Amino acid sequence: MSDNTLNNLPDGFKGMSHDMSSDQTAFKGVQWGKVMMWIFLLSDTFIFSCFLISYMKGRASTVVDWPNTSQVFSLHVGDVPVPLLLIAIMTFVLITSSGTMALAVKFGYEKNRKMCAWLILATAIGGLTFVGMQAFEWSKLIHEGVRPWENPFGAKQFGSFFFMITGFHGTHVSIGVIFLFIFARKTFRGDFDTGKRGYFTTMKSNYVAIEILGLYWHFVDLVWVFIFAFFYLW
Amino acid sequence: MSDEYNKQNTPIEAQSSETMSGSSGSTTDIDYVRPAELPEQDLYHGHSFITKWIFCQDAKVIGIQYFLTAVFTGIVGLILSWLMRLQLGFPDLVPFMTAEHYYQFVTMHGMIMVVYFLTALFLGGFGNYLIPLMVGARDMVFPYVNMVSFWMFFIAVCVLMASFFVPGGPTGAGWTLYPPQAILPGSPGSGMGIVLMLISLSLFVIGFTMGGLNYLITILQARTRGMTLMRMPLTIWGIFTATALAMLAFPALLVSCIMMTLDKLLETSFFMPAIVQAGEVLDYGGGSPVLFQHLFWFFGHPEVYIVALPAFGIVSDLISVHARKNIFGYRMMVWAIVGIGALSFFVWAHHMYVSGMNPWFGFFFATTTLIIAVPTALKVYNWIITLFRANIRMNTVMLFCLGFIVTFVNGGITGIFLGNVAVDIPLSDTYFVIAHFHMVMGIAPLMVIMGAVYHWFPLVTGRMLSEKLGKWHFWFTFLGAYSIYFPMHYLGFIGVPRRYFEMYDSPYVTSATGMNEFITVAALIVGASQFIFIYNIVTSLRLGKPAGKNPWKANSLEWLTSEVPPVHGNFGEKLPVVHRWPYDFNVPGAKEDYITQTTPPSEVINAEVEKT
Repeated sequence: MSDNTLNNLPDGFKGMSHDMSSDQTAFKGVQWGKVMMWIFLLSDTFIFSCFLISYMKGRASTVVDWPNTSQVFSLHVGDVPVPLLLIAIMTFVLITSSGTMALAVKFGYEKNRKMCAWLILATAIGGLTFVGMQAFEWSKLIHEGVRPWENPFGAKQFGSFFFMITGFHGTHVSIGVIFLFIFARKTFRGDFDTGKRGYFTTMKSNYVAIEILGLYWHFVDLVWVFIFAFFYLW
Repeated sequence: MSDEYNKQNTPIEAQSSETMSGSSGSTTDIDYVRPAELPEQDLYHGHSFITKWIFCQDAKVIGIQYFLTAVFTGIVGLILSWLMRLQLGFPDLVPFMTAEHYYQFVTMHGMIMVVYFLTALFLGGFGNYLIPLMVGARDMVFPYVNMVSFWMFFIAVCVLMASFFVPGGPTGAGWTLYPPQAILPGSPGSGMGIVLMLISLSLFVIGFTMGGLNYLITILQARTRGMTLMRMPLTIWGIFTATALAMLAFPALLVSCIMMTLDKLLETSFFMPAIVQAGEVLDYGGGSPVLFQHLFWFFGHPEVYIVALPAFGIVSDLISVHARKNIFGYRMMVWAIVGIGALSFFVWAHHMYVSGMNPWFGFFFATTTLIIAVPTALKVYNWIITLFRANIRMNTVMLFCLGFIVTFVNGGITGIFLGNVAVDIPLSDTYFVIAHFHMVMGIAPLMVIMGAVYHWFPLVTGRMLSEKLGKWHFWFTFLGAYSIYFPMHYLGFIGVPRRYFEMYDSPYVTSATGMNEFITVAALIVGASQFIFIYNIVTSLRLGKPAGKNPWKANSLEWLTSEVPPVHGNFGEKLPVVHRWPYDFNVPGAKEDYITQTTPPSEVINAEVEKT
């Protein structure tokens, strides 16, 4: 698994078929955990696809009109309703946190422990802000009378799908935030440099773990982009 | 041939990019296998009873745990089927049998057998035990996650069993759990029963995902030196493809479970249209019940192949070993498995021909369904050609393999009937359907499971099972299962509907009564004969003939461990090095009738082995 493995690969498909037909590993030089995360994310993509396709079907077949989203999701600044203001901020925060995560991975591989840890912490705080703003949005809608089982603005499926899908996504973000805080602590403590063994798994810590967590975090962001498009812009 | 091949063609087949363009691999040595890419796996060795046998991280122990738990639920499913058959054959014989209970037993029998028995047994049981051994790994790649996977499954089973004891009993909505009736009062178990079922399924999916990631990555990234994908036993190919299907199909089940739980508990209307019940307008409205059917069958059809593909893989290996012949068309078999797996995602709506969808939609799904018959038939031909002029050992394992081929062909042919819309519509929801899917995904995979137990029991315990009892077990099971399901085809043709508690005074009664009694008696005998099997296992554990190493003279790595039964870490000091596929039986020019995967080319220099 030396650094020049990738440089030595034959081009394109030749390289792929070569790796697939070789022994030991199908993805050369890729750690087990990283392959696991990619396959898990593929599976998770199917979960979110099922949710979003169900949402499209529900929205297409409901007999009552769908509420006007730019009205429902508007935020009052003074007396002026600004459509999509909160959601724009939320999206901005989440996507920024993806940027800090990517930098954390970079500094991690450079063994710049301090910088890496601060960036993970920044990502965690970004995620926490997102979840906080989502909680604010939920409580605002609940105050206005939107419930999973009813909706004063139109079709009741709006409330059901909204709370279910953003809730499922919010759970993903929250789990990510918890892991980001744990990882920030581990990085500050230097676990990834000393290879300290995990409490549960008894396996050695490695900076690759940060990249794996990063993959998850970017995925959660990407899913948000789709949810944003389908819920707020459609 | 293989020797020459290893020398000349290694750049493509068995050498890494590193050695190819970097330092010279010693190309003159015909036994050369490129060096290990990965360091030795870091393993947690348990010391106490609890870490060795209960919260154990060894895939072999986890496999046995999965196996025993699945068999326990399977026995529950078997007893439920007895009760159902007694009601159908001899109404009013079972005192506590009401229509409600009948529906609950139908539902629980179906769900237990498909998900908690067959899926858990093949992937959790055989998968955990065999994957690391067969690909030459020390353990699964994430042993801790693997352990959690089993305990998740265990909790899922506990939740499922708990639903028998809640007020209202378990759900009686049929194993497909179709809304709206699944969650409306009036269906048995529409209170806590259905909620526990949905929670249990969700837990199963979460637990399975943890296990499934382990299976996939162990196969992809933790093979031993020389073990290319195309040198893996077909068992591994079957389990691998089935796991990949499960990772993509279970999401649909999870989503439908979450949505239905919300429909039940929060009164959302994802699947619920406007409903008037007992003169009262319910709060539901605007949802789509057909959406549930689409989600469910997007899981449900791949699920059939999640059960069938490991069976295909395992039976190929059993046939090859016990017919002492290489499997005919290995690569074709691999691509057929992968092809069936891929196609299985495009056929789901053939379960929904009578759901009221657009007929053109049905036409599309009929076409894709019939296309699946091509790779499936190819596999059947290859099994038969493997047997053709082979040196067959007529032992219990082989009998079960032959039983599999017969029942599978039978169920496959009725599948072609049901795959066509025009034929399916009159036959849907009759006993013909019951006969079809019990033959193809009940009896056929069970035959493989039993054959596989007779085959691998010596490896797991170090002792042989009794052949005599095994043959009794086989003939009772095989002839009995045929006596149960063959007449059901006829019942279906005369129109007897499935899921009916009683036929009352319908015209079916006179012509179907005798047959129903016969089927019930056969079902009781087949069920009881499974206790021969259990007796055989229990007594052989202590009294069986010691097996020694490699009693079947097989080639694959699981028989080549340093100790039998294999210990934690599987192989001794050094991992095995693989030089060939596991099917070199009766090779002309070889000293013995089998050449193990670890035999280097220099030892079989005159043998005409296949290029692998």
